[in-house]
Amino acid sequence: MSGATLLEVSGVTVSFDGFRALNNLTFHIAAAELRAVIGPNGAGKTTFMDVITGKTRPDKGTVRWGEKSVSLLRMSEAQIARAGVGRKFQRPTVFEDQSVAENLMLALKAARAPWRVLFWRPAPAHRARVLALATDIGLAAVLDRKAGELSHGQKQWLEIGMVLAQEPRLLLVDEPAAGMTLAEREQTTALLVEIAKTRAVVVVEHDMEFVRRLNCPVTVLHEGAVLAEGSLAHVTGDAQVIDVYLGR
Amino acid sequence: MTDRRPLVLRHPHVLVFLSLLALFTLGATLFSEAYGTGALSTSFVKTLGKTLCLSLVALAMDLLWGYLGILSLGHMAFFAIGGYMIGMWLMYARTEGIVLAALAGAPLPPTPEEVQAGVATQIFGVVGSADLPAIWTFAGSLPAQLALVVLVPGLLALLFGWLAFRSRVTGVYLSILTQAGTLALALWLYQNESGLRGNNGLSGLQNIPGLDAVPQAQLSVWFLWASAAALALAYVLGSFMVSGKFGSVLRAIRDDEQRVRFLGYPVEGYKLFVFTVTAIIAAIAGALYYPQAGIINPAELAPIASIYLAVWVAIGGRGRFYGAVIGAAFVSLLSSWFTGGTVPALDLGFARIVWVDWWQVLLGLSFVLVTLFAPRGIGGLVDLLAHLRPPRRHGAPLGPDAGALREQEAEA
Repeated sequence: MSGATLLEVSGVTVSFDGFRALNNLTFHIAAAELRAVIGPNGAGKTTFMDVITGKTRPDKGTVRWGEKSVSLLRMSEAQIARAGVGRKFQRPTVFEDQSVAENLMLALKAARAPWRVLFWRPAPAHRARVLALATDIGLAAVLDRKAGELSHGQKQWLEIGMVLAQEPRLLLVDEPAAGMTLAEREQTTALLVEIAKTRAVVVVEHDMEFVRRLNCPVTVLHEGAVLAEGSLAHVTGDAQVIDVYLGR
Repeated sequence: MTDRRPLVLRHPHVLVFLSLLALFTLGATLFSEAYGTGALSTSFVKTLGKTLCLSLVALAMDLLWGYLGILSLGHMAFFAIGGYMIGMWLMYARTEGIVLAALAGAPLPPTPEEVQAGVATQIFGVVGSADLPAIWTFAGSLPAQLALVVLVPGLLALLFGWLAFRSRVTGVYLSILTQAGTLALALWLYQNESGLRGNNGLSGLQNIPGLDAVPQAQLSVWFLWASAAALALAYVLGSFMVSGKFGSVLRAIRDDEQRVRFLGYPVEGYKLFVFTVTAIIAAIAGALYYPQAGIINPAELAPIASIYLAVWVAIGGRGRFYGAVIGAAFVSLLSSWFTGGTVPALDLGFARIVWVDWWQVLLGLSFVLVTLFAPRGIGGLVDLLAHLRPPRRHGAPLGPDAGALREQEAEA
């Protein structure tokens, strides 16, 4: 781990109708760190991301953010996103009826308030940034195409591009490799490792092979709590982990 | 990439629309009784002017529903409030003139209190009262009432929208809520205690104080001009709003508002902004409509009026302003033709179709048919005529085969 703590989740509990999706969960990540979160279905991975991004309010616990340790629990989803938390969903959620360029322009870090957006017009620097991002994600040739026309893999890339355009300090990435070809997976791995040099990246993943390639610390969730934490070799050697997850 | 050309070049429909509107206005003027051949009766010129106002409120509805995805079933309430606000001044000022004329013969000049009492008796005698209600405080001042045309609906929309959007009420629940609000407002206005003359409403609004010498034939053309100008302005404003990134955000909210939140946009702020702006546009449309209609009463803001508004926009074609304008004009003109009693009844042998009664059935049927088979409405015909666009496929390939062309390839 390197640098100061960026996000600190402590003692977070979330219940849905008596079912404890998160149970006294504690987690922290540094400002430039790559972390994989794994766990069986129902371990609370998605709820964990929902709590950080403000979609779900926990019953107990705290979520502290940044140098000033502000509480994310008092902020709306939009405020949290503006504070620097970007989220990539498992199923690509791009705006299908709008062009690739429009999708990227929407995500681009700029004013977000209605009144300012109304009079906002892209400067040459913004266009250049969109083009550069599109080149990075291999979509420069299809900037004017509607996002709905893209293949599944391209939509995944577009969404990654949109998250990057937001210039977040923390990226939450939900199963980035789902539906990707082997070559695309390798590209994704390289990209995530590269991003994590300057930002915090949390990758939620099912696929152990993909996690192995990320070569980073791993947090294993089980029944809403952290079961084990450490290198992949360490956690795969853990008897409990083998029992609940790998053993099956 | 995002286009850098001026608005009218990026959206040629703005220029086409403004030209057609100017031609229409010029034509109506040249055939009017006051300024032209007289081929169009004054009452028909008024109908045309009113139709422009309905088109204006339909444009506001399209901005809210077609672009942002909020189906409000209460925007005709804002339209009517605009009418009431201007109606209060029209009625007060005209009655004041009458009272002053009546008191002119008195030995002592009347005090302001006497004049106000006279006005109150004249206006509220019909509901058995002789006091001027508090909401009529500013009725004597045209600038104040004009400000209220904007302020009352604006603040009402702001308050309603803030409560509804903050609680994340969306979709059909929001529609029901807007409709309930409209119904409550209409029921309140039916009360004599509302201070707006209960079910009598306000009348004599076609007489403009200070312009007694101007004949109705001339006034009707002036109002037609004003309505056309307001529609043109709103068309440009609306096109500006939906053209840039703002429009991109609106369409994104319509399609997936949660995703827009995760991009950092205050979705509720956008909804509140557009809801309020469209409420104000609706109110301005109403303030121009009712002096031409001459009378306003609470029936005007019955929930059915707002449902009609949604029907106009749906038949005209959502998500394109000219569609909404055409839809409102076409359906409302057709409606006045069918309900005017001049359309011959259809004798089917077993049943006699009297159009005054059956028109609504026909309208309902066309609404269902348009929704099912032509979701782009009348506005979609423009695409057909222009042979410009393949159907909106939201990015899907043009054919079922793996190698089928995609939209852009087909256009090239």
